[in-house]
Amino acid sequence: MALDKETLNQLLDSVSKFVDNRLKPLESQVAQEDRIPDEVVEEMKAMGLFGLTIPERYGGLGLSMADEIQVVQVLGHTSPAFRSVFGTNVGIGSQSIIIDGTEEQKNHYLPRMATGEIIGSFCLTEPDAGSDAASLKMSAVKDGDDYLLNGTKRFITNAPQANLFTVFARTNPEEKGSRGISAFLVDADTAGISVGPAYRKMGQQGAHVADVMFDDVRVPAANIVGAKENVGFKTAMKVLDRGRLHISALSVGIAERLIADSLKYAMQRKQFGQPIAEFQLIQAMLADSQTEMYAASCMVADAAKRRDAGENVAALAASCKLFATEMVGRVADRAVQIHGGAGYIEDYGIERFYRDVRLFRIYEGTSQIQQMVIARDMIRNASNIN
Amino acid sequence: MKILVTAKRVVDANVNVRVLSDNSGVDINNVKMAVNPFDEIAIEEAVRIREAGNAEEVVVASIGPTQCKEQIRTALALGADRGIFVETDADIQPLAVAKLLKALVDKENPDLIILGKQAIDGDNIQTGQMLAALAGLPQATFASEILLADGEATVTREIDGGMETITVKTPAVITADLRLNEPRYASLPNIMKAKKKSIDTYTPEELGVDVTPRLTTLKVEPPSDRQAGVIVADVEELVDKLKNEAKVI
Repeated sequence: MALDKETLNQLLDSVSKFVDNRLKPLESQVAQEDRIPDEVVEEMKAMGLFGLTIPERYGGLGLSMADEIQVVQVLGHTSPAFRSVFGTNVGIGSQSIIIDGTEEQKNHYLPRMATGEIIGSFCLTEPDAGSDAASLKMSAVKDGDDYLLNGTKRFITNAPQANLFTVFARTNPEEKGSRGISAFLVDADTAGISVGPAYRKMGQQGAHVADVMFDDVRVPAANIVGAKENVGFKTAMKVLDRGRLHISALSVGIAERLIADSLKYAMQRKQFGQPIAEFQLIQAMLADSQTEMYAASCMVADAAKRRDAGENVAALAASCKLFATEMVGRVADRAVQIHGGAGYIEDYGIERFYRDVRLFRIYEGTSQIQQMVIARDMIRNASNIN
Repeated sequence: MKILVTAKRVVDANVNVRVLSDNSGVDINNVKMAVNPFDEIAIEEAVRIREAGNAEEVVVASIGPTQCKEQIRTALALGADRGIFVETDADIQPLAVAKLLKALVDKENPDLIILGKQAIDGDNIQTGQMLAALAGLPQATFASEILLADGEATVTREIDGGMETITVKTPAVITADLRLNEPRYASLPNIMKAKKKSIDTYTPEELGVDVTPRLTTLKVEPPSDRQAGVIVADVEELVDKLKNEAKVI
């Protein structure tokens, strides 16, 4: 349900205050300690951030896509590691249940996901399979009323904190492609699950990514999302559509932050007797960043509105993710350039954002996968016409 | 116990206001507005008192144009239970605000009234004191701590040169200072719930209050620009300059 303007503004205002007064001062500490303080996580729970997209009848806010992207944009004004704490509950960790789950599954998990009591995590990628679903090796073999899950999932966001994994496994070994895959809801404390050490990453310190190993993990058949076998890959794709718009909005928010920081610096820093913002070559960088950010912002708003209206936005979401994440990469690069030497120094935080945003072009489908999705959609549409 | 608090609509503290070119006031067109920060502290204190089980209801009032309802909603999202909106487009000065609040006190009979010690727009620091006088209630201004027990409020006040602790009988008017508490962030579920809380609307006429301004603003001017400083060589030079140039010691 879309919020009225006044309520949305209050929501954005409250999130903005929290970001400015509470999170921004902690950015450097979180990056150094690779850890978000427990009390901040508790405050995020109290704020209701874990339940942004969970429907109201399950205790969340039930934000429409158009409203969600505005909130996410504000959250983009600080380190993306903070958003990652509740990001999986808002996105890939809960959406499988919201979109395709049975009523029992919704009642069982969603209210506790909305409060942050349960942290959800999305287990699709494997050592030899990412976007290529045909290579998915994780097996789920029927044993009475249960399935036995075996295999390894790689680069799983929030795995060390997760209480619930949405695990994609092959229930039909005869079917080599994307059919034959089912999505399982697996409690993290189930026997046979082990989580590897958190990876040391290029950026986004404070957000944790690890491998998850499944060794004869017994899961009741009732825990298949929607209680329907062999349609898990379709669920995954629907989840990723929403996730891609979320990441796009986050990219726009971070671009806004980087532009604001760059502008402030350029207006203060003096060379040759005047602020460097007076120089046209600096102005060109500022203007390019601003223009590209605005373009991405318009794209995301349009796609979100169309998704809310019930349109299939798979290709639009891919276009948004492709453009917005590449855009924030360029904006971050220019931000370092405008800051000059200071941009390369840790204290200014610009180099940190430069490293943080690099991930956006990779996860939830690389830029190249987005290009494929877009082009295939174009070709499919053109073939239908002829 | 019932607590009445206020939520004045003011320009957001982070906005740099500009003086209008005709010097009649500051430009508040398209400027972000917010609850007066001292009122926010008052609201937070009232909500904490209720959460501690020492009050049953927190009622929030705001006076001004129709947009003031936004500030009432914010207060409701922060935990107030019910709103009262006094709608007027008139230029409301502290005495008129105090009279309107007095009328609300008569209607609501609160056991405690907590207001911000001042609003960050006019910085008059008058409303709380005037309200106490008009309502014939004790007052404890500039509170940095409030303890309630047995029909009394023990209030620590921030005064020039230190702290003063006084006891007042309730009902009383208390004005909140900066260090009374640190207001919470409105939680998103509470913002949604605030939509369902009720707001009663009155006009000054309905409350029988004449809000005609008593003061006329002659001119509003921005503070003069800060002058560049100088670096002095040593303490002697500093003392010399303070004594003979600045003439402050």
